[in-house]
Amino acid sequence: MVNWIWLGMIVVSVIFGAANGRMEEVAEAAFGGAQTGVTVCLGLVSILVFWMGLMKIAENAGLVLALSRILAPVVRRLFPDVPAEHPAMGYILSNMSANLLGLGNAATPMGIRAMQELQKLNPDKSVATPAMCTLLALNTASITLVPTTMIAIRMNFGSLHPADIVASTLLATAVATGAALAADRWYRWTSRGG
Amino acid sequence: MLAWIELLSAWMIPMLIAFIPLYAAYRKVPVYETFIDGAKDGFGTAVSIIPHLVGMLTAISMFRASGALDTIIQSIRPFLELLGVPGEVLPLALLRPLTGAGSLAFVTDLIKTQGPDTFAAKVAATIQGSTDTTLYVLTVYFGAVGIRNSRYALKVGLFSDIVGFFAAVAVCWLLFGQS
Repeated sequence: MVNWIWLGMIVVSVIFGAANGRMEEVAEAAFGGAQTGVTVCLGLVSILVFWMGLMKIAENAGLVLALSRILAPVVRRLFPDVPAEHPAMGYILSNMSANLLGLGNAATPMGIRAMQELQKLNPDKSVATPAMCTLLALNTASITLVPTTMIAIRMNFGSLHPADIVASTLLATAVATGAALAADRWYRWTSRGG
Repeated sequence: MLAWIELLSAWMIPMLIAFIPLYAAYRKVPVYETFIDGAKDGFGTAVSIIPHLVGMLTAISMFRASGALDTIIQSIRPFLELLGVPGEVLPLALLRPLTGAGSLAFVTDLIKTQGPDTFAAKVAATIQGSTDTTLYVLTVYFGAVGIRNSRYALKVGLFSDIVGFFAAVAVCWLLFGQS
C-alpha cells in the first residue's frame, strides 16, 4: 500500500503541477522535501544517541525487565505473540508511558528500541510482524493525557481557558486509539495464514 | 489535576535521567561505559531512517506544492461541511496524517487568525493534539529496523486518523457547541 500511495502522490503532483502551471514549484518542493527529511533525521540523532545510551543503562540494571514484569498482564493481551519476559515488552511499556505523559522526544527512541527488540523475534526481517503493526497502531493514534503543545499555543494567543481542550482531546484520542486497535485486530485476524 | 500533570511532565525527564543511572550504579552496572555502549547505536539508527524519510517527505511536499492537496480538499468540502466540520478546519483532514510540521503550522495560523477560543480553533487543536502523523511514525519506526513491507499497518493508521478526525469534530460539538 505504501508503494501505491507514494507513486500516486508523485504522479498526481506532476499532473497537477502541469495543469496548474506550477512545475517549477513542484521541482523545488521535491528537493526541499528531501532536505527536510535529512534535517529531521539529523535532529533525531541527538535524541536517539542520548536516550539509547540511557536506556542501555536501564536495560543492564534490570529496569526494563522489571517494568515488563509489573505491567505485562495489561499489555500481554495486546501483544499475545511476544514472550512475557522479553525486553521488547519493557520497551513497549516505556514507549506507551512516554506517549501518555506527552514526552514526545523520549517516546520515539523508546518506540524504536521496542521495534528493534521485536525485529529480533521476526523470522523475515523485511516484513512487519503483527506485534510491530500493533505497536505502530498505538503510536499513530498516540494517546496523550495533556496536549501540552496545543495548550501552549492557545495560551500564546491569549486564550481565556487554554486547557479546556484537554477533555475533548482525551475523548477524541481514546476513540481513535480504540478504532486503531480494533482495525489492527481485524487485519491481524483476517491476514492470518494468508 | 491539570497543574499536577503538567508538573509531573516537567519533573519526569530530569528524575528519570537521575534515577536510571543511580539505580544502575546500585546494581553495580558501570554506568558511563554502558551509556556510551548504548549511545553508539543511536547515530546509526538515525542515519538508517534518512532514505525512508527523504522518500516520503519528497512526495508529500511535491503533492502540496502542485496544488493537488488544495484541489482534493475543495472537492470534498461540501461533503465534510454537511457533516458539521467547520470550513476553516477542513484542510487538516488531509494535512494531519501527512505532515506533522505542516499541520502544526496550519493549526497555529488558524488559532492566530480565528482567535484561540473560537469553535474552529478548538476543533483544530483537538485534532492536532489527539493523533500523531501516521506517515511519519510509520516511516521512522519501520525505517529504523529496515522493514520494507508494512503489511496492513498503514491502513490501520489511516483508518484511525479518519475516525479520530470525526470523533474530534463530534466531541467538540458536544462539549463546546457552535459559537
